[in-house]
Amino acid sequence: MADATTEVPLVRTGAFDLKWQPGFGVATMVCLVLLYAPMIVLFVFSFNGSDSITRWGGLPNWHWYTEAFADQEFRSAAMNTIKITVVATIISTLVATAAAIGTTRGRRFAGQGAIYTVVNLPLMVPEIITAIATLSFFSLLAQYAGINFGIGNLMLAHTVFCIPFAYMPIRARLEGMDERLEQAAADLYATPWQAFKRVTLPLLVPGISAGTALAFIVSFDDFTITQLVAGPGQTTLPLYIWAKTRRPLTPELNAMCTILLAISILFVVGSFLIANRRRSKTE
Amino acid sequence: MAETTFSAGLLPDDNAEHVARAAEQASVRTRWALSLPSLLIIGIFGIVPLLVIVVYSFLGAAAYGGVEWRFSTDAYVGFLFQKDIFDDTLHFAPDYLQIYLRSFLFALGTTAICLLLGFPTAYFMATRPPAQRNYWVLLITIPFWSNLLVRTLAVMLIIRDEGLLNDGLIWAGAIQKPVIMLYTNFSIVLGLFYSYLPFMILPLYASLEKMDFRLVEAGFDLYATRGKVLRRIIMPLALPGIVAGCMLVFIPALGAYVTPLILGGGTHLMIGDLIGQQFGSGRNWPFGCAQALILMAFVLVTLTLYVRLSGGKVQQHG
Repeated sequence: MADATTEVPLVRTGAFDLKWQPGFGVATMVCLVLLYAPMIVLFVFSFNGSDSITRWGGLPNWHWYTEAFADQEFRSAAMNTIKITVVATIISTLVATAAAIGTTRGRRFAGQGAIYTVVNLPLMVPEIITAIATLSFFSLLAQYAGINFGIGNLMLAHTVFCIPFAYMPIRARLEGMDERLEQAAADLYATPWQAFKRVTLPLLVPGISAGTALAFIVSFDDFTITQLVAGPGQTTLPLYIWAKTRRPLTPELNAMCTILLAISILFVVGSFLIANRRRSKTE
Repeated sequence: MAETTFSAGLLPDDNAEHVARAAEQASVRTRWALSLPSLLIIGIFGIVPLLVIVVYSFLGAAAYGGVEWRFSTDAYVGFLFQKDIFDDTLHFAPDYLQIYLRSFLFALGTTAICLLLGFPTAYFMATRPPAQRNYWVLLITIPFWSNLLVRTLAVMLIIRDEGLLNDGLIWAGAIQKPVIMLYTNFSIVLGLFYSYLPFMILPLYASLEKMDFRLVEAGFDLYATRGKVLRRIIMPLALPGIVAGCMLVFIPALGAYVTPLILGGGTHLMIGDLIGQQFGSGRNWPFGCAQALILMAFVLVTLTLYVRLSGGKVQQHG
């Protein structure tokens, strides 16, 4: 309980603090430790001087990172991941931006609710169900129509679940934006395209960047759907890491995991900073 | 003035209405057109596949994965019954039901633990000075968006027999030989808790942050204790967040795939693994499809309950 009493002064503004509750600070610290400890352990042992995965030995060094980058399979998995993620992110952000504009501008119309539901559907369906459904669908296409897009299968599967993640921040941004700005542009004889390009789009940039970042992260990190849908030679980074755990474990695994974590964290913090900067500008 | 000039024209009001309606129709058409690419992609590659598994679940299983095109309800019958190989009679077999029961208990337990630790955390975050709050949210958002597979592997490395935790305890002299934690019920629930905790904290925070603390002050003015203020004022006001958080943890935990795969080691199956296995080593696609539909039905029931409980639109995370 010592922790609880030490953090009281932080909260207290006067003699009696309304908002303080006993032990809540301790619970917060417990949550933070539980959430971050595994990631920190992974990070620290990626620099391990010995070849044990959680027993420290020797001097900290970059050895396991150079090992990881020298790994031919790791590099080809990275190439696959980049291809899939970039294509899925670009397509999903483009179509989600269009859909967000379509469902927020002008008066409500019949079917708008239905569009909203369909666009968000991939979020409601448990991932494993999406995974086996997509697998069944593509196997059906391959068997009876002779259609196989190769790595395009994964690109399409990723695009589907990226759309709602890209859509939401863009839609939120549009809802917070004054529609009269576009109407003013129209009053000044701007064509709809000009109004979009000169007024809507610049204001929408933070929403689109946040949407792009989220789409990128969910595609980059996806394991379940990719694992079931991926064909031979379509190994992505998460799949490769999973395969690695089936072999003797070395800190090379930590190094690869750390690289993946670093990339997602970079994107989260990046989109946070963009959102924050914009907010302080408008306030 | 305007009225007099208008009345000079031929049915002018009608005309204006026509123009307005035509413009509205054109705008609706444009907005449908804008939404169309998303709808097509999700429709063809997201919804059609769901229909495919509905069809597949009523077909026969082919020997090496895939389906045989004959109508069969084996996939559903096989969920509860086992066919005797000698006389073709059906026997009640609760094996799969047990996996469902386990998944439910794990998901419920995870939700309870997440709420127990997540509520104080969200409350603590919501009572920080406004300038700090964004950074607290970022702290919780980082694990939320970090690679689930990698985070789960990290947990595995820590709780393994020769992992950091056992090594530490042995070194400290607390235990003589490793405590087996990996591949147990404990490791799965721990993993689920760890995976979905941010899903609980973020909606709770959203509803606590908007809370009017004058109500809390009023409670204290009326001689309520801290505990009473928490139970009678703060928690009821945070109820929408509590319900949303519980849904956002329960639903993915129920259908979890990665966590039991890594931390359950194939011994303590959950529904998600059962489904996944039918497309891998188990190789009974129709059975897997049927299980997926049963899971989907549970999810829909939970979602419906949620919509009823919250009396509004389903909130999205993220």
